[in-house]
Amino acid sequence: MPITYTSGEQIEVYRFSIPVTVGVPLLALFLQAFVPRRLPFFSIFDLPLLVTIFFAMARRNPISGLFTGAAIGLAQDMLGAYPIGIYGIAKTVVGYFASSLGAKLDVENAGARFLVTLGFYLAHQAIYFTVARGMVSLTLNWSWGREILAGLANAVLGVGLYFLLDKFKQRT
Amino acid sequence: MESVLGRYRNLTILVGVLFLQVLGLAVQVKRSGDSENTRLIRVWAVDAITPLERVLVWFQNDSRNIWRNYFFLRGVRAENRELKQQIEQMRLEQVRLTEDAEQAHRLQLLLAFKEQIIAKTVAAQVIGSSGSDLSRSIYIDKGSNEGIATDMAVITVGGIVGKVLRVYPSTSLVLMINDQTSGVGAMLEKSRLQGVLKGTADGTVVLERVMSDEKVDPGDRVLSSGGDQIFPKGLPVGTVAKVSPGREMFLKIEVKPSADLSRLEEVLVVTEKQEESAVADGVRVRAADILAQRLPSVPDKPAVDPAAMAGNSKPIEPAGGTSAGTKPLTSVDGSANSESSAHVATGSTFKVAGNGSAAATPAKATPVSGGSSQGVTPAGQTANGPVAKKTVLKPVSSDPVLNSSSPAAGTSSAGGVRPPKSSTEQQNLPVSPNPQPPATEDDPH
Repeated sequence: MPITYTSGEQIEVYRFSIPVTVGVPLLALFLQAFVPRRLPFFSIFDLPLLVTIFFAMARRNPISGLFTGAAIGLAQDMLGAYPIGIYGIAKTVVGYFASSLGAKLDVENAGARFLVTLGFYLAHQAIYFTVARGMVSLTLNWSWGREILAGLANAVLGVGLYFLLDKFKQRT
Repeated sequence: MESVLGRYRNLTILVGVLFLQVLGLAVQVKRSGDSENTRLIRVWAVDAITPLERVLVWFQNDSRNIWRNYFFLRGVRAENRELKQQIEQMRLEQVRLTEDAEQAHRLQLLLAFKEQIIAKTVAAQVIGSSGSDLSRSIYIDKGSNEGIATDMAVITVGGIVGKVLRVYPSTSLVLMINDQTSGVGAMLEKSRLQGVLKGTADGTVVLERVMSDEKVDPGDRVLSSGGDQIFPKGLPVGTVAKVSPGREMFLKIEVKPSADLSRLEEVLVVTEKQEESAVADGVRVRAADILAQRLPSVPDKPAVDPAAMAGNSKPIEPAGGTSAGTKPLTSVDGSANSESSAHVATGSTFKVAGNGSAAATPAKATPVSGGSSQGVTPAGQTANGPVAKKTVLKPVSSDPVLNSSSPAAGTSSAGGVRPPKSSTEQQNLPVSPNPQPPATEDDPH
């Protein structure tokens, strides 16, 4: 059953096909797991997060955004050694608020996308740190410089990735 | 509720999804404990419940403490206050009771002296008299069968009556105090002056051996001194009826007997008494004090001339001679003696000349006054107390006062150590266990 999204009169709501809805997140997960072994610097990026932000802003539906984030986050947890749910919680929150923000704002231009990606990356990292250290008791050290740099890197990558994924948008 | 859910549907779903993921994490994560790892969800559940339990327990304990430390203690404090008041009252009561007890003890001691002395009595009825005006004696219906023995005191509620002179199986002869051959150790209650109570020919009773310079008033009570070892100390004898100068610096004190000797119907015979006297607990009584209580008052020892002491032959005569309540005379060895009462030294024998009466063989040592005997071994007495030593005494003249001029028919009692002047002379003298050295020949008496 095609997923249709509706949005307010001023903001367009896009939909994606099922292969895109399922395939893109899986590809992001695969690349996130495979590329850092070849290119270690690539571990600074979080492709599943970028995909979550893109789909959440494009669908502009908090519920779909939170489920998209929850699914991608849990899948990312399943590939890791840590308990399942850390990325799931973080990306669930990011998907929800990214969808809510996408419904309010026009996030089609690059500047908006850059700032939104940067903001949500830092939020994602904060939530991850909180859950990991609070619940799982992981020893993680927060570094603002590193996180901001990583956020900028993800924001730049995200802007480029978003333009590629705009090809798969379907107007509802 | 539905409007809230509909209004915040997206947020509700977000919270629900996040909650599920958190729950999943809690199931997966294990917290390391002492012995084993505990799942985080179990830790959360325990952490969620135990604080509530702690609060409940704290509230319960606090409530209990409030009850214990406040409400209950209020009653306890009040009870404590009340108990303290009771303790104070009890202490006061205890002090009062202690004082009462001490007073009772003192009174008991006072009474115990008499109680100790009079241990047993036998009531007897007066069944007859001697039948002679000269002999004042009565017969009672109790004799040796009832435990009566000679020299037992006969008393009544009013006062002393006399002593048992002769005992028969079922009757006894009692010599009354107003008989001229009778002699009782007595003392004035107020001044504690001791003397010898003697009967006269006319049936009156006089207290002798009281110095003329002593103050004696009519109405003074006379009590038994106990020195005669017959009558217990403190028994009423009579009251002073008249005081007049007597012979040789002594007073003649006429005493009205307490007991109505002319209307005796029932008497008590003291059949048993204890020798020791009651002494207050913790109070040591000197032997001299005990002796002074028993004997007539002993005059102070006069100053002794060193020359006389060096010669040690003739004692110095005190001014006014010796008397019952004045000064002792020194015997040959210089020891003072008292001649206020008739005493018979242990082992001394004498004869009552003339009447063929039985020689007096005193069974016990008694103090002697006015006489001397050979071979006397008295317990010497000094001004400070009795001194046990042998004394060789010179015979002295008989005491005209103590030695009766009219013989009692067939009666004799323990006599003095002096030989009687006349053949019909008899002596009925009170006896004392403490022999006294008799007066020497220089004794004015």
